[in-house]
Amino acid sequence: MYTEKVIEHFRNPRNMGKLEGYSAVGKVGNIVCGDVMWLYIKVEEDAEGREVISDISWETFGCTAAIATSSMVSELAKGKTLPEAIAITNQDVASELGGLPPVKMHCSALAADALNEAIYEYLKGHGREIPPVLKRRHERLEAEMKKLEERYRAFLEEAGS
Amino acid sequence: MDPDPIYLDNSATTPLAGEVIAAMKPYFSDEYGNASSLHRFGRRAHAAIEEARASLAETIGVEPSEIVFTSGATEADNLAIKGLAFAHPEKRHIVTSRIEHHAVLHACRWLEERGYEVTYLDVDRAGRVEPEAVKEAIRDDTLLVSIMAGNNEIGTIEPIGEIGEICKERGVPFHTDAVQAYGKVDIPAGSVDLLSVSAHKLNGPKGVGFLYVRKGIRLSPLLSGGGHERGLRSGTENVPGIVGLAAAARLAFSERETVVPRLRGFRERLIEGVMRIPGVRLNGDRKESLPHIVNFSFAGIEGESLVMRLDERGIAASTGSACSSPNLEPSHVLVAIRVPLSMAHGSLRISTGRQTTEEEVDRFLEVIPSVVEELRAISPFKVEG
Repeated sequence: MYTEKVIEHFRNPRNMGKLEGYSAVGKVGNIVCGDVMWLYIKVEEDAEGREVISDISWETFGCTAAIATSSMVSELAKGKTLPEAIAITNQDVASELGGLPPVKMHCSALAADALNEAIYEYLKGHGREIPPVLKRRHERLEAEMKKLEERYRAFLEEAGS
Repeated sequence: MDPDPIYLDNSATTPLAGEVIAAMKPYFSDEYGNASSLHRFGRRAHAAIEEARASLAETIGVEPSEIVFTSGATEADNLAIKGLAFAHPEKRHIVTSRIEHHAVLHACRWLEERGYEVTYLDVDRAGRVEPEAVKEAIRDDTLLVSIMAGNNEIGTIEPIGEIGEICKERGVPFHTDAVQAYGKVDIPAGSVDLLSVSAHKLNGPKGVGFLYVRKGIRLSPLLSGGGHERGLRSGTENVPGIVGLAAAARLAFSERETVVPRLRGFRERLIEGVMRIPGVRLNGDRKESLPHIVNFSFAGIEGESLVMRLDERGIAASTGSACSSPNLEPSHVLVAIRVPLSMAHGSLRISTGRQTTEEEVDRFLEVIPSVVEELRAISPFKVEG
């Protein structure tokens, strides 16, 4: 069900673990769904004074696809300017992996969302203006998380004991 | 060179036993008759089926005429539940448990969508159905009680004898899915009216099973056709499959006294070894369990990635997590036994079989700590050692 590329990234994940001295972290996913991804970015200015993701890492609780997409998004975003990183979509992540099974497409969305959130947190933390596209995605994620928590509230209370 | 792969997923399916292959072989070549034919080819096929029926009936102490061959346990479960419903349209209520196999749960849900009422009984934290709860759930219009003999994910054995007695007192037919329990633990068939068995969980072939139907229990067939199997299951009999099923059952029952204690020993060894890893939970009951199934949850990691990592090390196991299902909810069995959500996604089912060796169990125990450690290293949820 998984492509060779997915298996390869799962077997040898790139940029895994927590990043020392990170600039921001994007936290997405929910334990209810079995996928949680924390993406750390370090943002520095390059020689031309542009802000780039100079280093990146992640910690993921999830299935094979979740781990492979974490690894892939970290490769795609590393060294990119912030506008370039913002433009990375879940489709990019999935196609770079040679595709994902339909039921696992949400994993690539999770990876792109985590990158989005990390950049959002970085800009917010530095009191900077947030591009509308980033803001919209952030608000959508917040709304989804709220809906999920409501849907599973009874479940969480019951099973959380 | 990689060591030989180790198969610890015998609840999913089992390898065919050599004796079973040998028994089936003639029925793939020279013995190709249709059991309904009058000529010698047909008569020989018929005789093989009846011999298989008689030996299977003997394993649970029932009459040969009470055994109905099916394409497997999913069909047997459906025939028991829907077949009974179609034959008794005035009865509109079913009692089952939250931890049944999907063949039972989805058959019940299918009836529910058509106006039936279904009581899904809760289980305790070990996964046991309380017989008293069955008693309380039975109503005047109860069609059937269906409770599995042993759970396929966590191995818990259900009090089938007691539940059967309650059903008998109330005059309600009792069905049990005995797929994992048959050949492993005693099944009080005297307390049961309908019982499903599958061959491929028992070192037999895939695509064949049987439903025991106690004499006097009226079912409507699900398939219309030539009226095979006393009208309950039309379709030319799967002669090699049926012969293989009987051979597998004979083998399982003949070596039960040596195999079952060995598997119990493996289970204890697995529990002791795995529980040394921090942040591990045993799902199910340590004692009242099928001998071959054990289920653990590992904090901080997800079951599917655990299975994939083990596969890379040559070990085949499975997860109880429903990660590949679109709803993304954890296993209904683990939720029913109240495994905390943080652990329900990190489950691993190990199931041994007659071919499992002590060396294989030890190899698994050698590999599992490092695999768990690797996955925890990349997880945001840290576990204190």
